[in-house]
Amino acid sequence: MSGTDHLDAPTGLRDVAVVAFAQSSHTRRTDQLSEVELLMPVLHDVLKQTGLTANRIGFTCSGSSDYLAGRAFSFTMALDGVGAWPPISESHVEMDGAWALYEAWVKLQTGEADTALVYSYGKSSPGSVRDVLTRQLDPYTLAPLWPDSVALAALQARALIDAGHTDERRLAETAVRSRRAATANPHAQLRGSADVEELLRQPYEVEPLRRHDCPPISDGAAAVILAAGDSARALHVNPAWIRGIDHRIEAHQPGVRDLTESPSTRLAATAAGAFDAPFDAAELHAPFTAQEIVLRRALDLGDGVPVNPSGGPLAANPVMAAGLIRIGEAAALIHRGEARRVLAHATSGPCLQQNLVAVLEGAAGTEGGAR
Amino acid sequence: MPPEVLSAPLIVEFPFTRSTGPVLGAFLTGLRERVVLGARGSDGRVLCPPAEYDPVTAEELTELVPLGQLGTVTTWAWNERPRPYQPLDTPFAWVLVRLDGADTALLHALDAPRHAVRTGMRVAIRWADERSGAITDIACFEPAPNAGAPGDSHRAEGSAA
Amino acid sequence: MTTAAELLAGIPELAGVEPVTRVTIPARLEYTYSPGSAQTRFLTALPDKRLLAERCPRCTRVYVPPRGACPTCGIAATEQLELPHTGTVTTFCIVNIAAKGLDVEVPYCYAYVLLDGANVGLHARIGDTPYADVRIGQRVEAVWNEQRLGPSLASISHFRPTGEPDADPESYRRWM
Ligand SMILES: [Zn+2]
Repeated sequence: MSGTDHLDAPTGLRDVAVVAFAQSSHTRRTDQLSEVELLMPVLHDVLKQTGLTANRIGFTCSGSSDYLAGRAFSFTMALDGVGAWPPISESHVEMDGAWALYEAWVKLQTGEADTALVYSYGKSSPGSVRDVLTRQLDPYTLAPLWPDSVALAALQARALIDAGHTDERRLAETAVRSRRAATANPHAQLRGSADVEELLRQPYEVEPLRRHDCPPISDGAAAVILAAGDSARALHVNPAWIRGIDHRIEAHQPGVRDLTESPSTRLAATAAGAFDAPFDAAELHAPFTAQEIVLRRALDLGDGVPVNPSGGPLAANPVMAAGLIRIGEAAALIHRGEARRVLAHATSGPCLQQNLVAVLEGAAGTEGGAR
Repeated sequence: MPPEVLSAPLIVEFPFTRSTGPVLGAFLTGLRERVVLGARGSDGRVLCPPAEYDPVTAEELTELVPLGQLGTVTTWAWNERPRPYQPLDTPFAWVLVRLDGADTALLHALDAPRHAVRTGMRVAIRWADERSGAITDIACFEPAPNAGAPGDSHRAEGSAA
Repeated sequence: MTTAAELLAGIPELAGVEPVTRVTIPARLEYTYSPGSAQTRFLTALPDKRLLAERCPRCTRVYVPPRGACPTCGIAATEQLELPHTGTVTTFCIVNIAAKGLDVEVPYCYAYVLLDGANVGLHARIGDTPYADVRIGQRVEAVWNEQRLGPSLASISHFRPTGEPDADPESYRRWM
């Protein structure tokens, strides 16, 4: 394999790859574990895969939100699981870990580090995540009304149905496909699903969304190791090279946007080179069924491309980690030789306000289908 | 065997007072006085809730225009089981409402029977009895009188306040 | 910069009304906090007046309260041990401003007490002595709050001087 030695880098970027990925087994509650107790085994797993130790990692970056568990500066406690002494080069984003990965990717591009540890965790069980997420909304015109995350997703789903882009049956099919795919994923929380007819007989949560259209409430953690150039080649026989990565954001007010479209996803995908060649699979961070429809349209993903072979966020949704897990799962497909070119997507904010797209590729000659 | 894990209630409160700035300050003043204001952007579109900066050019926006008290539902979601602090404690529809004279939609609650709610529905503001300069000065929306009769919206426009 | 009043002046219905300049919208979130396994072990031993700690198997540092991990090594601090009720003041201050919601009379002396055998200071109050006499290196012992023994650090009322000679600075210098 020498295909990666001459990756064309027209912009002068360093070649950076995902060389390891680990995640917890996501569950509804982890009362017996503090955040560091939840995270530490995942950190040990990802480090063990590469043989690296924390003090040999060039840069560490994490993503989490203190609002989830109601614990201020919980990320400083989570660092106990890293081993941050002697002092390490470290950063944190109050965002999904996919954005921590982006920061780490930029750090590697500067040449100041050759390896990076990226991790994120979300412990939703101590609070009510639907209500907690209202606190990310505009404090003057939205947050005082407490529109919960399911309500906002339902407004988006209704707009899609009104526009003729989907219907409740197709949404149920998306849920069934995701959760049945998750039967092959030992880390998933919901594995398997009743059939579409049974799901459509269930009551609405917030109409037009039923319970199956919504993600499970999860506690979980994930970690990824990035490496540049020869470091990546030394750490994995088949690194998942990040051929492009970009993120874009739209207006915050849902009433300003056309909720049936995702121009930010489209722009990020264009900048990441997503439309240059077809994909073997895609891992989309669409916590609600209808959001997968929006993303498929923005990304030109037809029925021929397997979406969320891991089960996706409908099968496990540790908030703040679910986006990073998409990148990890996409890389894992390449590491296992099951796919050569995979799209990974992460989202943040209400109704897909902000979107990140990464294009991951293995070496030529490792082609395969994720099917 | 480890002891059963302890747990305790933890309540986090955010009692912050925020500065409103000129545009949101004017918007919230309007609500207190039963007038909804939109902001006119560089492309002529009227944004409501008003934006402080132009979505296209990022220029400071300073032209505020009064809007109608009636509007049109652009999307909705039926909330059978309202949650704490939401605008109504009986089943209601979440709605995005494009007020007459505006080009964007405002999020709020609609107090109407489930069977009456649809996209394109005409709705009217129900003002809170006591208003302080907050988005909750709009108690909710309700079906517009004579809803569905074409032309209502135009008559209503301009006679808003 | 334009003001709300200036913007309102251009609107006939609103010209001259008192502008809104601030808004208070309180928010309240309710959680059920669980401290995890390591801190649960520590807290549930307090009613029995026992101070449980953890030792890191790699660097041998002893942490109290234990948090399940050694922050130096990033590994589980797996070895359990019990510490005595005596220690050394490694730093202190006199607090003169009452914190909201804290039912402690000011002024009080807030200190780090390095329990004998520990490698990290325990947050504590110092009492039963004039504050002017409190000093780094002073030997202290826990005074238990017999009325409030429970799974909380409030089980320890405060620490008081033992009257022993001050500790050798070399015994605590690294852990200040
Ligand atoms: Zn250690």
